[in-house]
Amino acid sequence: MNRTKGDEEEYWNSSKFKAFTFDDEDDELSQLKESKRAVNSLRDFVDDEDDDDLERVSWSGEPVGSKTRPGSFQSLSDALSDAPAKSYAPELGRPKGEYRDYSNDWSPSDTVRRLRKGKVCSLERFRSLQDKLQLLEEAVSMHDGNVITAVLIFLKRTLSKEILFRELEVRQVALRHLIHFLKEIGDQKLLLDLFRFLDRTEELALSHYREHLNIQDPEKRKEFLKTCVGLPFSAEDSAHIQDHYTLLERQIIIEVRLLVSTFSASISVLSAIQVFHFLFICYSPVNLKKTFKIPDKQYVLTALAARAKLRAWHDVDALFTTKNWLGYTKKRAPIGFHRVVEILHKNSAPVQILQEYVNLVEDVDTKLNLATKFKCHDVVIDTCRDLKDRQQLLAYRSKVDKGSAEEEKIDAILNSSQIRWKN
Amino acid sequence: MAAHLSYGRVNLNVLREAVRRELREFLDKCAGSKAIVWDEYLTGPFGLIAQYSLLKEHEVEKMFTLKGSRLPAADVKNIIFFVRPRLELMDIIAENVLSEDRRGPTRDFHILFVPRRSLLCEQRLKDLGVLGSFIHREEYSLDLIPFDGDLLSMESEGAFKECYLESDQTSLYHAAKGLMTLQALYGTIPQIFGKGECARQVANMMIRMKREFTGSQNSIFPVFDNLLLLDRNVDLLTPLATQLTYEGLIDEIYGIQNSYVKLPPEKFAPKKQGDGGKDLPTEAKKLQLNSAEELYAEIRDKNFNAVGSVLSKRAKVISAAFEERHNAKTVGEIKQFVSQLPHMQAARGSLANHTSIAELIKDVTTSEDFFDKLTVEQEFMSGVDTDKVNSYIEDCIAQKHPLIKVLRLVCLQSVCNSGLKQKVLDYYKREILQTYGYEHILTLYNLEKAGLLKPQTGGRNNYPTIRKTLRLWMDDVNEQNPTDISYVYSGYAPLSVRLAQLLSRPGWRSIEEVLRILPGPHFEERQPLPTGLQKKRQPGENRVTLIFFLGGVTFAEIAALRFLSQLEDGG
Repeated sequence: MNRTKGDEEEYWNSSKFKAFTFDDEDDELSQLKESKRAVNSLRDFVDDEDDDDLERVSWSGEPVGSKTRPGSFQSLSDALSDAPAKSYAPELGRPKGEYRDYSNDWSPSDTVRRLRKGKVCSLERFRSLQDKLQLLEEAVSMHDGNVITAVLIFLKRTLSKEILFRELEVRQVALRHLIHFLKEIGDQKLLLDLFRFLDRTEELALSHYREHLNIQDPEKRKEFLKTCVGLPFSAEDSAHIQDHYTLLERQIIIEVRLLVSTFSASISVLSAIQVFHFLFICYSPVNLKKTFKIPDKQYVLTALAARAKLRAWHDVDALFTTKNWLGYTKKRAPIGFHRVVEILHKNSAPVQILQEYVNLVEDVDTKLNLATKFKCHDVVIDTCRDLKDRQQLLAYRSKVDKGSAEEEKIDAILNSSQIRWKN
Repeated sequence: MAAHLSYGRVNLNVLREAVRRELREFLDKCAGSKAIVWDEYLTGPFGLIAQYSLLKEHEVEKMFTLKGSRLPAADVKNIIFFVRPRLELMDIIAENVLSEDRRGPTRDFHILFVPRRSLLCEQRLKDLGVLGSFIHREEYSLDLIPFDGDLLSMESEGAFKECYLESDQTSLYHAAKGLMTLQALYGTIPQIFGKGECARQVANMMIRMKREFTGSQNSIFPVFDNLLLLDRNVDLLTPLATQLTYEGLIDEIYGIQNSYVKLPPEKFAPKKQGDGGKDLPTEAKKLQLNSAEELYAEIRDKNFNAVGSVLSKRAKVISAAFEERHNAKTVGEIKQFVSQLPHMQAARGSLANHTSIAELIKDVTTSEDFFDKLTVEQEFMSGVDTDKVNSYIEDCIAQKHPLIKVLRLVCLQSVCNSGLKQKVLDYYKREILQTYGYEHILTLYNLEKAGLLKPQTGGRNNYPTIRKTLRLWMDDVNEQNPTDISYVYSGYAPLSVRLAQLLSRPGWRSIEEVLRILPGPHFEERQPLPTGLQKKRQPGENRVTLIFFLGGVTFAEIAALRFLSQLEDGG
């Protein structure tokens, strides 16, 4: 016979018989299984689907060939337990088919334990549904996320959708794990199918809705939102989704039209008037307020800030003026005029405007505080006079400019004989 | 050796050393010069375990942050990735590996998953064709990290969301593993108490794990007497309220990460003569905060209103110490003074830092808005007007204050009312969506699911019962010399800490009714100790209890617990 050196090695170092090996799981197994468990499968678990060559090991346990193996993890707890050192059995270059037929009798619990230690395991032999479910149960009781995921991947691949869903419906922990896993790998389609199957309609709707955050283009996002509108949200949320869609729709229209009106060279004045009519009447602030049912308080605050920024004081005025049935105008605000003053001040309104609204503050102390803070001299003076508070008026006199009109006014009031001062 | 870890009843340096040893072993496995590519998130926690000096001892020559495209050039034999098991990071790693310059010297790749390997991640690496490129693929179970002599943390940011929103038990599994590690180093804990679903799960896992470690019995003399596992959702109220201890306020305003805080630099610029005010530092000032700093250890847990007097007293002491130099006449005395100088300078620096921080905090706490917010919080916690729309909250929404502030307040109201009336809830929801955007439908849904902002079911408000039975609201609070844990929130005693207090004395049997109202089961387990290791407590000696909050804890609660442990009969 003409054998090469390598062949010879192989001849001497291989055997048709399985040798006995001290395996990690020995403590759990019965004697019957010992001989069958002699072979350590050395394929990495994740390579299960590929047709890899089996790794060859020499008798001493060193791997032959250049393929490197992943280190098995030694967590602190493992180090502290009585885990013996790894040992290898001689691996034979058996053809795949033979290996498969040579079924190791690892029970579900053993398999799961092997998975936890990162050892490779073929799950293919769990063919019947019952076997698969038992495997799943063992995995779940182990609480180890990686193991449960591994089993779920296997089940996802080998079970039909309907059966998988049906079985998981009654297994809460595994179900939650599957949902988490599908979210993590981004399998949106299967996730939605699952929610639909479980009749978790609200979660289905929200999960679908969440996707809109990934869409940048406003037009596409609007189209997407349209598909959300009919989904089974709760009653309140349905209204909100509808509002979101409406808002985005209007936003797009306004942007488009403004774009058109700004850049279209051939636009005539009349059509411009038409466009702006469309914008400002149909999409006027008041119209928006009605459509989205914004409460008065919110609306007034927002409108006030907007108008103050534009320094449109007449429009600010209009916000608060109402006519009563006798035709007299009256100023009212749903938020308290002290707030109005603050917002106006924040937007750099001139003192005369501020003064007007400080005057409308009902509470006298607040009025005085604000007037002093914003230097609305007339209001301070008038209020002191109304309160008949001489001391405070005197004190304020030193704060106004010398020789100013305010100083004169104060003096005039102080000298007036008609006022019966308190102090 | 981290000195501050040895001060407490339990020497946490033992844990730290064990964790460091494991890191060393892994580094040595990848023999030769190496460069570490860091997942940025991990640098913080690792900083508490090992400084660069340790890494250098094990031939780590360079360190890079994980980012896309090609790895920087480095003349090292090994490249090690330190990463969390997240899919998106796998994509970046694959990019790094694939764009490796073949013409240069070959470098070996390794990957260290912290705290666990993940099947999905390895699958992703395989799909991207790079799995085989890694020689060593391991996990480093950094579960419990010692922060201070009496404080450990898992720093698991997503834990609350996973546990209470997604019912995912992964972080619970890590917690159980971390506790097993602790027991391996400090002895089996004889008694386990718990309240909450997650607590029950963790206890079950621990018992099961113990069973599976057949073989060597743990022969270490037990350091801990008790373990108390508490679900965060047993007490959702406390984290929502604004903390009022010194450390708590630093966290509220600036955020403390891994014992570090970043502060605005202006106040910390060194005053040099003739500098003219130019060259002001633009980068934030980073300070480390732990009990190794004497002054900080003294003031961190005090109510902020009591800090000022401590600082001024300390200032007097330090000035006096420096004045001593005038009294030093003999050479011996001068020598002694000089030898103490570094310590005094450090003390002065420490005082300067904390005076500046206190000033920064005071600017916030004396503002009108802070006062208004606090008033509303205290009204809710004392049970006032929790069933109607609150006008301060409305104003905040209208003025578009930060959403987190608004959400904390509405959730606080909801928790103090056992859920809001439907009309009130709908009103808040609509205002929030219209002001901050409709995508927050998802935010609000999650809040409801977590139990933070939900409609009232059953029409009953249980909070007053809980409040009265557990004495959660104390009107007469002494902030300077507190007698009760309610000082940490100037009136409100953290529910979680109250439960711990009552467990120790007189026991939970006295509050059975309230425990039944709070969510989740409560239980007690005993773990048998081998004979000879039974602990005999000396009279007057307090028990050592380990309290584990599943889902996070606030600095104020930690302060309250420290206060309890200092009380003579705190147990």
